[in-house]
Amino acid sequence: MLPGMKSNPMPNNTPVKNPEDRHPFIDQVEQLWRNKTAVAGFFIVLLFILTALLAPILSPHSAVEASLYDQLKPPVWYETGTWKHILGTDDLGRDILSRLLYGARVSLMVAVFSVGVAFCVGSLLGALAGYYKGYQDSLIMRSMDILLAFPHILLAIVMVAYLGPSLRNAMLAIGIIYIPRYARIVRASVLEECEKDYVTASRAIGAKNLRIIFVTIFPNCLGPLIVQTTLGFASAILDAAALSFLGLGAQPPTPEWGAMIAEGRSMALRAWWVMTMPGLSILVAVLGFNLFGDGLRDVLDPRLRD
Amino acid sequence: MPAYILRRILMLFPTLLGVSIIVFLMLHITPGDPAELMLGERSTEAAIQEIREHLGLNKPLYVQYGLFIGRLLQGDLGETIMTRQKVWIEVKERFPATIELTFAAMLISCFFGVIFGIVSAIRQHSIFDYLSMIGALIGVSMPIFWLGLVLMLIFSLFLGWLPMSGRLTIGVDLDVKTQFYILDAMLTGNWLAFRDALWHLTLPAITLSSIPMAIVARMTRSSMLDVLRQDYIKTAKAKGLSEFKVVIKHALRNALIPVVTTIGLQFGILLGGAILTETIFAWPGVGKWMFDAVMKRDYAVIQGGTLFIAATFIIINLIVDVLYAVINPRISVK
Repeated sequence: MLPGMKSNPMPNNTPVKNPEDRHPFIDQVEQLWRNKTAVAGFFIVLLFILTALLAPILSPHSAVEASLYDQLKPPVWYETGTWKHILGTDDLGRDILSRLLYGARVSLMVAVFSVGVAFCVGSLLGALAGYYKGYQDSLIMRSMDILLAFPHILLAIVMVAYLGPSLRNAMLAIGIIYIPRYARIVRASVLEECEKDYVTASRAIGAKNLRIIFVTIFPNCLGPLIVQTTLGFASAILDAAALSFLGLGAQPPTPEWGAMIAEGRSMALRAWWVMTMPGLSILVAVLGFNLFGDGLRDVLDPRLRD
Repeated sequence: MPAYILRRILMLFPTLLGVSIIVFLMLHITPGDPAELMLGERSTEAAIQEIREHLGLNKPLYVQYGLFIGRLLQGDLGETIMTRQKVWIEVKERFPATIELTFAAMLISCFFGVIFGIVSAIRQHSIFDYLSMIGALIGVSMPIFWLGLVLMLIFSLFLGWLPMSGRLTIGVDLDVKTQFYILDAMLTGNWLAFRDALWHLTLPAITLSSIPMAIVARMTRSSMLDVLRQDYIKTAKAKGLSEFKVVIKHALRNALIPVVTTIGLQFGILLGGAILTETIFAWPGVGKWMFDAVMKRDYAVIQGGTLFIAATFIIINLIVDVLYAVINPRISVK
């Protein structure tokens, strides 16, 4: 359930079709369900998460063990392909399908961790800036502007270059470059909410500032945040793949999709599938989050529609 | 208007200051001794001591930052480890290649993005609309380095139509003046080199343009849809103007205002994406240079390159903001 929707239904959803006193959440789910592309996105996301969670059960082979007799086997629809390796094998004889399934795990972990970092730090900074205004606001938001002054991904690449290449550092760097997005959204919502009567009421009964920010106001800012988080998953998967492709993220033999593309590059002519399959996996997963996020935006945050 | 532009220029300084602080501090978040890092592993104790003196690494942090800014203002970005040349000279050599690539990508994405957006808006819910919006969604969901490799695989390796890497085929003569090869070839009337340079540019530019094109197309479409619903468009149609005239003369100008901001924001994606695209296509620009530096841990280059790209990005954003104020006079009133 989306918390807080009861006390503050989104203004653009106000035309109530049903005179009964229904919870707005039900309306929102219905609205989302009518959006076919969003539903498609939702199922792709669900599939992606299930794949990630069930990778050890679904995978026919090990994702990291080399098998020297099975090098560069083609996918099953080739004459020489076998059902043993449905999507073929790479130059070390590792099963592509198994590596892709485990790769979903890595991508999901990266997305959850980096978006989590950005969400927590960004929301905290944004809420403080929006609530206290004044010099705190200027200080926080100007620092966010400075982070935004670096072209996207460049800052992540440079940070990892200094911290040393590893998946952990890549996740951290991506999390840091996403902080401003969340800070800006939360600040804007908090500024808007602060003017409302329920905040004044809460202050009048003597609630402390931190309580007002996080217990009273914050739940009402969740709509746009949920949208940004969904879309953030999409870009985090892309950016992590880019860093790993450059050799700055996941290190071999980790089955990371971006790193797999880099490994398959040198044998693209002999075995196109090694490089192509992980790219398609990224495309499908990211597309799912984008479709679902766009649908959520239409429902939860009509202001942000592009 | 002048007041707005002046205020916008003054706002540059705190941002540039902040960027320089971040770039400066990066060397200090690294585990290990910055002097040793800057010189590489096989450096002598004497050389390390010398660079420590030169950079003032034994002084307090704020003094070091002051020295850093002082050197920066004199245009001294340090020396590379890779070639022992001044970083600044190397940036200047490589920057035109990056500009050529990003400019070409920008041109492609604006041209096709705006056209696809307009047609999708006019023919909303048509097959064309659905296909181009699906295409746009795929465009933003695709890793560009993968797109580049797939294009390279198809058009260079399988079909052999386009070159795989570099800016010019070895053996093609070109009198290089401005470092913009396309421009140089045109100026000297060297059409053989012009064609060759253009062929080399095609794949990297298309690769780099994919995401901005998708974003511009979506933005143009929704902004156009908004404008087409306005009353003055109905009036224009009612007085009997052709659809073409209504769209081009009445709707487009207003519809493009938000698109310009979107286009400005794309430069960040382009400059960041240039690192990936240049690396894949061995395009000798700032992006590939920085990637090589990251691989070889050439921190002077990373620092200088980051500062340079960030400064470029900030200045482009300034220009876009000013342009935006020019085409949309309402903004300067606020």
